[in-house]
Order: sequence, then structure tokens, then C-alpha cells
Amino acid sequence: MAEGLEAFEGAGGASAALGGDAFFLTTLKTMVRWAERNSLWPATFGLACCAIEMMATAGLRFDISRFGAEVFRASPRQADLMIVSGRVSQKMAPVVRNVYDQMPHPKWVIAMGACASCGGIFDNYAIVQGVDRVVPVDVYVPGCPPTPDGLLYGIMKLQDKIRAGADRVFEERAV
Amino acid sequence: MGVATETKPMVINMGPQHPATHGVLRLVVELDGEVVRSVSPEIGYLHTGFEKSGESLRYQQACTLTDRMDYLSPHANNLAYVLAVEKLMGLEVPPRARLLRILFAELGRIASHLVWLGTHAMDIGAQGLFFYCFREREKILDMVEASAGVRLNPSYFRIGGVMRDVPEGFETMVREFVDELPQWMASYRALLDRNPIWRERLVGNAVIDAQTCARYGVTGPILRAAGVNRDLRKVSPYLGYETFEFDVPVFTHGDSYDRYQVRLAEMMESRRIVYQVLERLEPGPVAVDDWKVAPPPKEYLGRDMEALIHHFKLFTQGFHVPAGEAYAGVEGPRGEIGFYVVSDGGAKPYRFRPRTPSFFNLQALPTMTVGSLVADVITAIGSIDIVLGDVDR
Repeated sequence: MAEGLEAFEGAGGASAALGGDAFFLTTLKTMVRWAERNSLWPATFGLACCAIEMMATAGLRFDISRFGAEVFRASPRQADLMIVSGRVSQKMAPVVRNVYDQMPHPKWVIAMGACASCGGIFDNYAIVQGVDRVVPVDVYVPGCPPTPDGLLYGIMKLQDKIRAGADRVFEERAV
Repeated sequence: MGVATETKPMVINMGPQHPATHGVLRLVVELDGEVVRSVSPEIGYLHTGFEKSGESLRYQQACTLTDRMDYLSPHANNLAYVLAVEKLMGLEVPPRARLLRILFAELGRIASHLVWLGTHAMDIGAQGLFFYCFREREKILDMVEASAGVRLNPSYFRIGGVMRDVPEGFETMVREFVDELPQWMASYRALLDRNPIWRERLVGNAVIDAQTCARYGVTGPILRAAGVNRDLRKVSPYLGYETFEFDVPVFTHGDSYDRYQVRLAEMMESRRIVYQVLERLEPGPVAVDDWKVAPPPKEYLGRDMEALIHHFKLFTQGFHVPAGEAYAGVEGPRGEIGFYVVSDGGAKPYRFRPRTPSFFNLQALPTMTVGSLVADVITAIGSIDIVLGDVDR
């Protein structure tokens, strides 16, 4: 990442020290990625137990807004992160895909919990054995359910991924 | 001559991805202007196959499924299940285990009602309540974590007792929480009770009378808000609830506002029960003294061959439950949670059938909301307090 942006991201103190004539040299790609990873807007899309922990993550104690991801959007058209929080049933799977398709690019998916990652303890007729059969998943968070810290760690991992990621911003991925 | 106009009802689809349906509920609502003509809930988007999975797990293992049905009050689910199995086996759990079960059932009720209050208020537009309620709920989750090691889905109640004893300092934790509870409740009431928007949205909303409740099998706070004094803890006591002093709050209007009053009053009654449990809690075993059912203490495993064998047998083969059938119902935060367990004498349930309150309560939604405005449907859903895991199973 460009040197300038590190200072940009660090604190206001840096820019004050540099004075009014300071300027950064960076690439547009780096700049865009910096903006993207610090304003991940999740879709309000709770499925099961994990959704309760996702709500707790938005609560005061864990405060997801420290990572710029507190803006839960009720409409997938305004969101760029889908947190699949819970088990996906066979009946729900097309809906999950539909919500994903409605989200504008660039978009990311976190599979929160064992059920969303692999079906969890529900290895039966009703549950899709991992949401990656329906949508592409960027980060898997283990746990049943994962703690809010776990989800936050997943979001940080996703931020790392966006920072380092290949240029796939407008790229459609096949499942 | 006027222009001939034709009025057609409009059908709108709410959910399954909708912020106010508390999960993946889908409602097909037929509207005439803004007035609701019909509502039909379409459920099954979270169907998990609990009943079938339950038949393929051993009795102790199947307990973990029960947490995940009503994930806002996992202890109440655990309780109904273990009581049903214990009934089949004729087990009598030690007093300390019984008290711990009551303690967690009541704390779970408070936690569940806190989530309900936070999300319900958020639906109405009072976003702040959500943060307050979740802040308080975290304290209960800390207690759950201290006892069982996880925040949600603890499976703390096991057949024959509880998983393990609570750690040192646990009682202080509980006492601090219940001591502070009235102060928080006062602040919620200060924010809501006389708030004109809150009253406007809740008073007279989603009214249901006692007869209709009975017809649909509606239980819990909805039934008690409709004037029926029915609480399983009083009507058919379990775990020795009959020896505890507490009142059952009953209101008469059957509307959303009375349901709000019932739940808030219930939290204070749960607090009374928690105090009584803390007074009675004495050191002692927390599971039956039978290694065929409850695992031997961990420290025995390193030095006692017999204990090691029992431990191995228990966790690889489970135990056999005498053939028969049993039903146990408990008063959960949403109403009667029951388990009907049939055994064929093997190590796995032959039939594992939950009776989940949200499923029955949700059925009453159409009768509650037909004729009201579309915004009232949102209030009604919040006030029924459904958990979709509980509805769809």
C-alpha cells in the first residue's frame, strides 16, 4: 500500500504535522480499497442463532462501528457485505442467492458460524451443507455460534483480504 | 360523467428478508389502501429438521438440538427436554441442580424479554432501547458463559442434572445483576410507558381475546395479557416451583400494550424467584450419582479405571432409556414449551417432538391484524415475540 495512505489512515495528527501543503501519492485502486474496507455495509439479514450474536456485535459492548461496519441496510441494494448468520434451509437457499444478486458490486460474503460454513450439526435433509454452495464466500467464521469477537475478527480478516486482494472489484465470480 | 374507476386489492410480500419480521418469516398481505384485508404467514424458511435429527442422536446429544430451536431462551428448551427424558427414566435430580435449573430458567426469561423489548422498540422507531437492552443482556450472557463456557446455546441442563457446578463468585454476579435490574426497568419505563408514540402504536393494537387464544393454542404472555391466569409454573409446577413465592401478571385488554406490561412485570417476578433461589442455594452435587447417566467427575478419570470405562461408555454409546412415552411442558418466555419423547428402549429417541410456543402464537397473527393498518402488522409481529427457529423447527 502507498506510504501516503498509511499516514492518512493513521490519525489526524499526521496531517496536522505535515502542514497545509502536504499531499499524497497513491493509486486509485489503493484509495478505493481503503474506502471499501472501512465502510463495509452489511445487509440486515438474520437467519438463526448467529443473527442474535450479530445483533450483539452491533450492541454497545462490541460496537461493530469501530470497524466502519455498523450501517446495517435493510435493502440489499444498499449493502456490500452479506453476513450469512445461521443455517440456510433448502427453502431459504434461493432467497439467499436472490439477496446476493441484488447487492451491487463490489460485494463480499461472510459465512458466520458452523451451519453457514458447512451445515454444522444439522447434517440432514433440510439444511444446505454450507452456504458456499449458493453464494461465493470470502471469510468463514467458525463457532456455534461464533462470539461477537469472532465475527469482528472475521470482518478484520475480510478487510485484510480487500486490502491485499486481486483486482476483482467488477469481476463476477462463478459458484 | 365520471371516469369509471376500479378498486383492486394489492398483494404485498413481506419477507423472508425483511428487517421487522424477526427472522425469516414471510407474510403475504392483501391490502385495500392501507387497510389489511388478509395476512397469511408462510413459514418454513428456517426449517431445520430437528425432529428427524433428534431421532438419530443419542439422548444426551439430542439436548444440543433443543438450544437451537428457541435460541433466545435455550435454557427453557433444555429444561423441557431433560424433564421429559427424566420422566421416562424416573430420575430425581439433586436439589442444587434443581435450583440451578430454576435460576437459569428465570435469568433466561429476563434475557429473552430484554431482546424482545429491544427489537420491538426498534421496530416502532425507538432505536435507543435496543442498545440499552442488549447492554443488560450481556450481563446474563456472562453468567451463562461462566457456567457453561459459551454465550448462546449452552446445553447447560443435562439429563440427570446440570453440566457442571457454577464457578466461584457466580452468586455475587447474579446478585449484582438482579440488584440493578429495577433501576434499568425504571429507565425503560420512563422512556416508553407514557411515550405518546409508543402508546399510539401499541394501545388497541393486535387485540386478541381469551377464547380466540384458546382456539389457536396461544400461550404465554399473549394469553395472560388477554386476561387468562395460566402459567405452567403455577398450574402444573415442575422443579418445585410451587415452593416459590411469585405472582403471575395478568392484564385484560389483550392488546400489544398489555403484552408489553405483562412481559415487563414478568421480568420483575423472575427477579423475585432468583432472589429466593440464591437464598436456598447450598453446596452439593449437581448431577445424579449414577455414572451410567451422568459422567463421573473429571478428576476421577486419571486414577480410577471404573470411572474411565463409564466415561467412555457414556460418551460413545450413551444410555438406554426404558420404553415408553413422556411429555413435559415448561413455561418458557413465549409460552408453553413442551417435549414429547418416545423411547423404544434404545439409546436414541424413537420420537422427538417439540411443542414450540411461537408456532401456535404466530397462527393467531391473521386474526389479530385483519382490518388494521399495514404498519400495525409490524407492531403485532414484534408484540407476539416470535422466534423463527421456534416456529419452523
